[in-house]
Amino acid sequence: MPSVMMRKGSDGKLLFYVAKKDQEEVVVAVEKDDDEAWGGIVELTDGSKYYIDPISPPPEFPTTLRFKRY
Amino acid sequence: MSALTRDETEALIQEVLEVYPEKAKKDRAKHLAVNDQEVEQSKKCITSNRRSLPGVMTIRGCAYAGSKGVVWGPVKDMIHISHGPVGCGQYSRAGRRNYYVGTTGVNVFGTMNFTSDFQEKDIVFGGDKKLAKLIDEIDQLFPLNKGITIQSECPIGLIGDDIEAVAKMKAKDIEKTVVPVRCEGFRGVSQSLGHHIANDAVRDWVLDKRDNDTSWEATPYDVAIIGDYNIGGDAWASRILLEEMGLRCVAQWSGDGTLSEMELTPKVKLNLLHCYRSMNYISRHMEEKYGIPWLEYNFFGPTKIEESLREIASHFDDKIKEGAERVIAKYRKESDAVIEKYRPRLEGKRVMLYVGGLRPRHVIGAYEDLGMEVVGTGYEFAHNDDYDRTIKEMGNATLIYDDVTGYEFEEFVKRVKPDLIGSGIKEKYIFQKMGIPFRQMHSWDYSGPYHGYDGFAIFARDMDMTLNNPCWSNLTPPWKRQGEAPQAEAAE
Repeated sequence: MPSVMMRKGSDGKLLFYVAKKDQEEVVVAVEKDDDEAWGGIVELTDGSKYYIDPISPPPEFPTTLRFKRY
Repeated sequence: MSALTRDETEALIQEVLEVYPEKAKKDRAKHLAVNDQEVEQSKKCITSNRRSLPGVMTIRGCAYAGSKGVVWGPVKDMIHISHGPVGCGQYSRAGRRNYYVGTTGVNVFGTMNFTSDFQEKDIVFGGDKKLAKLIDEIDQLFPLNKGITIQSECPIGLIGDDIEAVAKMKAKDIEKTVVPVRCEGFRGVSQSLGHHIANDAVRDWVLDKRDNDTSWEATPYDVAIIGDYNIGGDAWASRILLEEMGLRCVAQWSGDGTLSEMELTPKVKLNLLHCYRSMNYISRHMEEKYGIPWLEYNFFGPTKIEESLREIASHFDDKIKEGAERVIAKYRKESDAVIEKYRPRLEGKRVMLYVGGLRPRHVIGAYEDLGMEVVGTGYEFAHNDDYDRTIKEMGNATLIYDDVTGYEFEEFVKRVKPDLIGSGIKEKYIFQKMGIPFRQMHSWDYSGPYHGYDGFAIFARDMDMTLNNPCWSNLTPPWKRQGEAPQAEAAE
């Protein structure tokens, strides 16, 4: 269950940063991303997937969230 | 010697690894790589931030060095107690040349050494009482100090002293900020964890002190310089450029910085991050808590300075954008003159670097501006995100080495035969005796500043001074000389 800091990069893309692993990846796909909720399965550029229960209303970035490995 | 091809570089790495026992060889192989700009993520080609192999000569420091020496040390109006035996503080005292203004011993304390000087009885019975007494003495002797940090050395963690409790109690007594920093040297694999611990200490004990204070007047152009330690005046050379383009520098972290500057930083509009490795933690924290965006910039060499100034300006309105163009135009003449003078003397020379923090990638641009080529680079204590950023800056088929050992570095140099090496003091005399020009790139070989346009002129002069020094031709005795290249005339 890594604690992940989500922030918007300079190009507007969502970045997925895990401090403990020095991992900073771009998020390529989010299962649920609309006005009502944000979350579900999150896919990163390196192909790994993480899961978070959809948060409603969608969180404001940057923020720290806890993900599960999917 | 012409540049090595990819196959040759790979063969070189294999050859150097040959002497190690099987297990060590396997481990070290992961830390050496041939650069490939195609690779998006460094973790595919290089491993970093791992424990050094026992028995090899590593050049790393410890967590205490990262916290006391790098992050906290330059905060000039606080007193940093090296809590533990006297050596750690005394042997690292004033070595980093973080310049500052003020009267040492009266209102600033940068080059002084404060230590609790642990003796046997403190180890046996605990040092908390001594620490409390020490803080009282400090406050009596140096009443103008703005706060105190307690920088733990190894024994503090080993004997389990409760420095947090002492800090809380004494902060109430003397009515000043007292920060306990758990940066015992044995923590982590290198100084990098010390940076992180120090950042966390700033976050927990300093940053939110003025959250409810509205008496400070903010402007829309407030910025903070983060991760510039003012080595030889670096931060000053950067600051004047930012101020000239119309920004207001509220804080310098932490070269020539103060406690109140740190406390005011959460009120700025943009954090400018120079040393990503040591201060990205606090920048990320401020982004999350206070919504302050941060951006990495690079003030080494005119090409990168121009790029960075424009990028910084893009976060502000047209007034600042015009200011940036004005600054660039103003200094272009100056930097062109520097390039014109030194480039012919340095053109085509090849450089190998092995330093820490941001320099292995940031100075590449400055060397390229002078027509030089960086053929090998490496970090003492980088993490993978640093290598992600380095791969793009380095040429294809160049060497990248992480936490290189003394032996490996020497072998690489023997084979790659660079014209100049930039590394630390421990490597300096080895390579000079091998007859290779060397610059100590941790504290700019007692020169500096190297940041900004002013710094670039000094950088170019220093590189020329080192490379074209007549002493290198005298390393070969006269009876072994065979028709050699004529020496360059000294620059006027």
